Amino acid sequence: MAPPSYYMILSAVLFCIGVSGVLLRRNVLIIFMSIELMLNAVNLAFVSLSRAWGSVDGQSIVFFVMTVAAAEAAVGLGIILATFRNRATVNADEINLMRW
Amino acid sequence: MIAQAIFYVLAVLTVGSSAIVAFSRNIVRSTFALLGAFMGVVGIYVLLAADFVAMIQLLVYVGGILVLTLFAVMLTQGIADVTISNRAVGRLPALIISAVAAGIMIFAVFRTPWRQSARIIVAPTTYGIGNAFLGPYALPFELASIVLLAALIGAVVISRPLDRGVSNRLSNEE
Repeated sequence: MAPPSYYMILSAVLFCIGVSGVLLRRNVLIIFMSIELMLNAVNLAFVSLSRAWGSVDGQSIVFFVMTVAAAEAAVGLGIILATFRNRATVNADEINLMRW
Repeated sequence: MIAQAIFYVLAVLTVGSSAIVAFSRNIVRSTFALLGAFMGVVGIYVLLAADFVAMIQLLVYVGGILVLTLFAVMLTQGIADVTISNRAVGRLPALIISAVAAGIMIFAVFRTPWRQSARIIVAPTTYGIGNAFLGPYALPFELASIVLLAALIGAVVISRPLDRGVSNRLSNEE
């Protein structure tokens, strides 16, 4: 059984890969996937600490995070597809419908 | 000892796949690498004896979100054209921000005295989680179901093509 710090470092690395994906890429779908990676990293930290503390509270919160992730996936991908239908682009720099 | 080795294998799988997701030039490759990242996290949940969360991860992320993402990737043509880095931030500042964030987090991990439960309990977690959902987390649980319902209805409304009456009205206004 590896100590909790191993899992926390893995979670931190995963989160930072997600952050750099969001900052570096221009494709909204890649940005979306990177957000999923960040949510996964946070879930990993919750589960490893729930394990270390011997309580199920962390795992219950992971369930709520997953609910939000599922809602985000449904609405986010719907928005991406609707934008693609109207503007024919998935470039985050060209999606400026809300700007005037 | 063997758990340590399994942890390293899963960590390498997860981090490697995540790097492909974030940095690959080919979006289809990114999407399939997302499978490796999710499966690696599932393995780590199993290693942490979180059976319920591991199965939910498998069902929700791999079975739901990944398939949905794959559909979105396949339904948008010309998607491979956007490979250049983000104009708004720039490559170097983005890498610096990520590296500084990683440094701060890893520093904090090493500074914190992590508490570790003495004995390894290998028991189903569903009993405790079920009690938590019906006890202290009953209200958040119900709210989560309402949020999910609203999100699903919203997704249907957003992704449906405009019906004829609305589009006629819009074109009349123009």
